[in-house]
Amino acid sequence: MKIVVVDYDMGNVRSILNAFEHIGITPILSRDKDEILKADGVVLPGVGAFAHGMKNLHMYGLVEVLQAYAKRDKPLLGICLGMQMLLEESEEFGVTQGLGIVEGKVVKLPSEDNESEKLPHVSWNEIVSNSVWDHTILQGVSERVDMYFVHSYMAIPKENDTILSTTQYAKSQFCSSLKKGNIYGCQFHPEKSGEIGLKILKNFVTIVKETKDV
Amino acid sequence: MKKIRVIARLDIKNEFVIKGIHLEGLRKVGNPNILAKKYYEEGIDEIIFMDAVAAYYDRNSLSEIIERACRDVFIPITVGGGIRTIEDIQKALNSGADKVAINTQAIHRPEFITEASEVFGSQCIVSSIVAKQIAENSWEAYIDNGREPTGIDVLEWAKKVESLGAGEIMLTSIDKEGTKKGFDLALNQAVSSIVSIPIIASGGMKCSRDAIVLLENSQIDAVAMASTLHYKLETIEAIKHQLSENNIKVRV
Repeated sequence: MKIVVVDYDMGNVRSILNAFEHIGITPILSRDKDEILKADGVVLPGVGAFAHGMKNLHMYGLVEVLQAYAKRDKPLLGICLGMQMLLEESEEFGVTQGLGIVEGKVVKLPSEDNESEKLPHVSWNEIVSNSVWDHTILQGVSERVDMYFVHSYMAIPKENDTILSTTQYAKSQFCSSLKKGNIYGCQFHPEKSGEIGLKILKNFVTIVKETKDV
Repeated sequence: MKKIRVIARLDIKNEFVIKGIHLEGLRKVGNPNILAKKYYEEGIDEIIFMDAVAAYYDRNSLSEIIERACRDVFIPITVGGGIRTIEDIQKALNSGADKVAINTQAIHRPEFITEASEVFGSQCIVSSIVAKQIAENSWEAYIDNGREPTGIDVLEWAKKVESLGAGEIMLTSIDKEGTKKGFDLALNQAVSSIVSIPIIASGGMKCSRDAIVLLENSQIDAVAMASTLHYKLETIEAIKHQLSENNIKVRV
């Protein structure tokens, strides 16, 4: 089984590799088109600005590669910015086109004039189910468990049933994880969310195995 | 309401976790990797590693410790001490850290905060402010791990680092640090009332009561503790339980 973590110079891939290694998987860190297309599972990490992330994906010629990979409905997991880039566009620093793998857009989290609700949203926060978690990356995860978030923007998928979980921040409830076929995204960082985060990565590995065996 | 983060602070010198009083008189308390793993397993929300002598000796030597810690610890990790360049930050992140804490270099060259937050995002840049009281409701910022006064007013500096692009402030009280006499409430109140980025209070905590007093009376987002954990004064589980009992939301 081959899991590729996309290497496009955006943020902390070390912790994602460590987390997979901890659960017994050695992923390949790569930006090679063939490696990605031949992978059984792909993880798109990312911390930073949407426009910068897309610029790097374009620079390495990975936009079409990821789109082609996703078109075959092979397991893909976007984390944080990696999830946001799955959508069609973002309003961060002007409108930037995303990968368009999931319909919808990315907008700034509404910030309230309330001292306790600041941006970026850097916090452990609860995920609440919006659709069935069985046979997804959230299988066996308890409702309202805390995951670790660091972000200022939120994804708004067009179809409500792509939203796996929501999370409350300030007065808004945003999409904290999504699923479209075997395409997954989580706004939180499973690699930084303790043992439950590791469980979510294990679930992704299980999905990769099952998809490969079919 | 947002969850308050309960953070373990590990000050490091020569591969050992050390603890002093007022950032001085440092004593060895353990191995950083063993302690980090232990606190992770006991339910800490975040770990901050501070190289206690890096700024002073003009070096940056934590990366090996961080690399090892990141193989066992799957929560956010911040690294501070001796961060001077974009390359230093990149190195810390490559080792597995999520954030860097910057003090001395930001005082020398404030635009470094902006440059760093533009490259890595402000969520990655923690402004470490080390404060010593000079008069009632007035504090001076210190650098080189609390050795050198700067003449800069902490409240002015806090507003400045926010406007420069820092994503968080770690606010250490030299007066309280290592004393186990509770947080500097006035300092934390003053800074948290004038900036809107998250603030990590550091210095002075003995037990959960100190955190409760602080959190009930200020807009603080996270509490850092060292002596409490290193000297086993209270368990992480007990601290979180006490916070919850007092209607302070924490991750359980």
